[in-house]
Amino acid sequence: MTPALGMFLLFVLITLVITWWAARKSQSAAAFFTASRRITGWQNGVAVAGDYMSAASFLGIAGLIAFYGYDGFMFSVGWLVAYLTVLLVVAEPLRNAGKYTMADVLAYRLNPRPVRAMAALSTITVSTFYMIAQMVGAGALVALLLGSSHVSYQAAVIGVGILMIIYVVFGGMLATTWVQIIKAILLMGGTILLSLLVLAHFDWSLSNFFNAVTHVTYHDKGELVTKNFLDPGLRYTAANHGALDLISLGMALVFGTAGLPHILVRFYTVPDAKTARVSVVWAMALIGSFYIMTTFLGFGAATIVGRDHIASHGGNNMSAPLLAQALAGDIFFAFIAAIAFATILAVVAGLTISASTSFAHDFYTAVIHKGTERSPGEEVRVARITAFFVGAIAIGVAILLGKDANVAFLVALAFAVAASANLPVIVLSLFWKRFNTAGAVAGLATGLLASLVLIALSPSIMKVDPPTVIGAARHLIQRPPIFPLENPGILSIPLGFLGAILGTFLRREPEAEARFAELLVRANTGLGAEKAL
Amino acid sequence: MPPDNPKLPQDPTPIVGAATDITPLTHFGPKPPHERTAAEEAGTINWEAIAASARFKELLRAKRRFIIPAMIVFIVYYFALPVLVGYAQPLMEKRVFGAVNLAYLFALSQFFMAWIIAALYVRAANRFDRQARAIIAKDSSAR
Repeated sequence: MTPALGMFLLFVLITLVITWWAARKSQSAAAFFTASRRITGWQNGVAVAGDYMSAASFLGIAGLIAFYGYDGFMFSVGWLVAYLTVLLVVAEPLRNAGKYTMADVLAYRLNPRPVRAMAALSTITVSTFYMIAQMVGAGALVALLLGSSHVSYQAAVIGVGILMIIYVVFGGMLATTWVQIIKAILLMGGTILLSLLVLAHFDWSLSNFFNAVTHVTYHDKGELVTKNFLDPGLRYTAANHGALDLISLGMALVFGTAGLPHILVRFYTVPDAKTARVSVVWAMALIGSFYIMTTFLGFGAATIVGRDHIASHGGNNMSAPLLAQALAGDIFFAFIAAIAFATILAVVAGLTISASTSFAHDFYTAVIHKGTERSPGEEVRVARITAFFVGAIAIGVAILLGKDANVAFLVALAFAVAASANLPVIVLSLFWKRFNTAGAVAGLATGLLASLVLIALSPSIMKVDPPTVIGAARHLIQRPPIFPLENPGILSIPLGFLGAILGTFLRREPEAEARFAELLVRANTGLGAEKAL
Repeated sequence: MPPDNPKLPQDPTPIVGAATDITPLTHFGPKPPHERTAAEEAGTINWEAIAASARFKELLRAKRRFIIPAMIVFIVYYFALPVLVGYAQPLMEKRVFGAVNLAYLFALSQFFMAWIIAALYVRAANRFDRQARAIIAKDSSAR
């Protein structure tokens, strides 16, 4: 047994004990969906950070910086700044006016059935896309980290899928929360340790470190080149509409984070809006420190390990683990690998619970059965069954796609849908009296469609590959892209808002306008908000 | 705690120290407002009256006065980064401290901008909380 496998199993064991403990407390609906609303501010803040910082952050951004220098670091900035939208606009009103899901807030003064049906569709779309990206990444990563001779891609995907199903089906929100908290603490610990080791490598001198970053040597298309990695332009250039693509990505992050269903449901787990606010502040402290430290992870990998070595040892996603190996040997490599594994598990568990809550609460109970449970506990039972199927489908799709599948765009798609479909209707329903059911349905539909279509026409799907690229790694449509940017946000977000506003003007809905006063008072004072159990 | 009513049997809630507003174990009398569930509260509140009250309008104005400028500042500051990096690359490559250039410092400053705005908001929000508590207290004393 390799040290990496040993640490994986230790983490799995700890999380299973937590699930067993949580299972006894997760019987009622409020307990299953919201951990009885008794998570404290710091706990929820750490859990939000654990829910949010996916493998794409830990491994992906370190890799982007190691390969593209400054352009990779620019990615880091948006992930934190986006939380200002969550803090200033969404978290507190949502906690005050909702119960289990984002759709609760929309359904307050609108006709619940069409609105909840559309919101559930958008929630489930965001969650499944994001989850498939995570699962494919997880499989490839676990197989790579443990060595394919020990664990195959398929076995890794099935393992991750089964664990996430166990956490959610048995432990509900309480187990998911604690898996996320432990993961966030491990991730922060590992990142701090790695950053200190990088600094120690440069004799604790920041100026030595930054001087090394100014001349990084690597092979580019067979030629040996030396570049200043602190200068922008290694990835985003005028030729590929670099600035526009970055602005578009920034919009998707700044407006999308506040519409991600698995982040929004976390605010229902705290006792009141003030605690929700405290938890965003905790999350911002952790997420910000983490992304600042990607400076050391990414640039450290570029200077200490080198782009050539990373490229020949598993590609840019392996930058952080390879850096750990270069600095402190195999045991530390195993530790960082185990953290990456924990990271994926915590995120997929969060996605599964938000998708199944939305299906059970918004679609099954509210749309199919017109808002009443036919028997006590039905909603939780349906959510558990949904979590099982969501997990099974994610395993199946990830195995079908295979580990070389080009799935990075699915994360961009999830953020684009969240920013273009979810956020416009949340904001308009909270702040615009005239807003109505037609507007919400039209806004959700336009945002969802615009994101899907624009991604399908973008270089993520449409691109001519050289013949050396084979199999699932090839782009789906072998033609030049119609939409030039990788991130559709710059166009799809305005379209989502436009759809919602035009839809609203199609008709008047006096009932929706009449209940605006109630929603406004609830959202701003917390009067009548759901209480902790 | 509801006043003693000789017609009701003795309340078995133990009295330790000062009187509290815990709901008595036997649930005689109405629950205190903070223990009502959302369902029990439905229909007991005159939302329109609160929404129209001067205190509530003042709360909304105070929130708007903070949140709208804060949003504008952070959006302008954040999007200045990709715009400057994309369209003013030579300027951003200018070195400031040793090897560290303006581009890196500007990106780093974004983190502190986000933390500062968050801290200012928390301070302002404590004031909003006091205003909201006053509105709720006034409403439940009216009922």
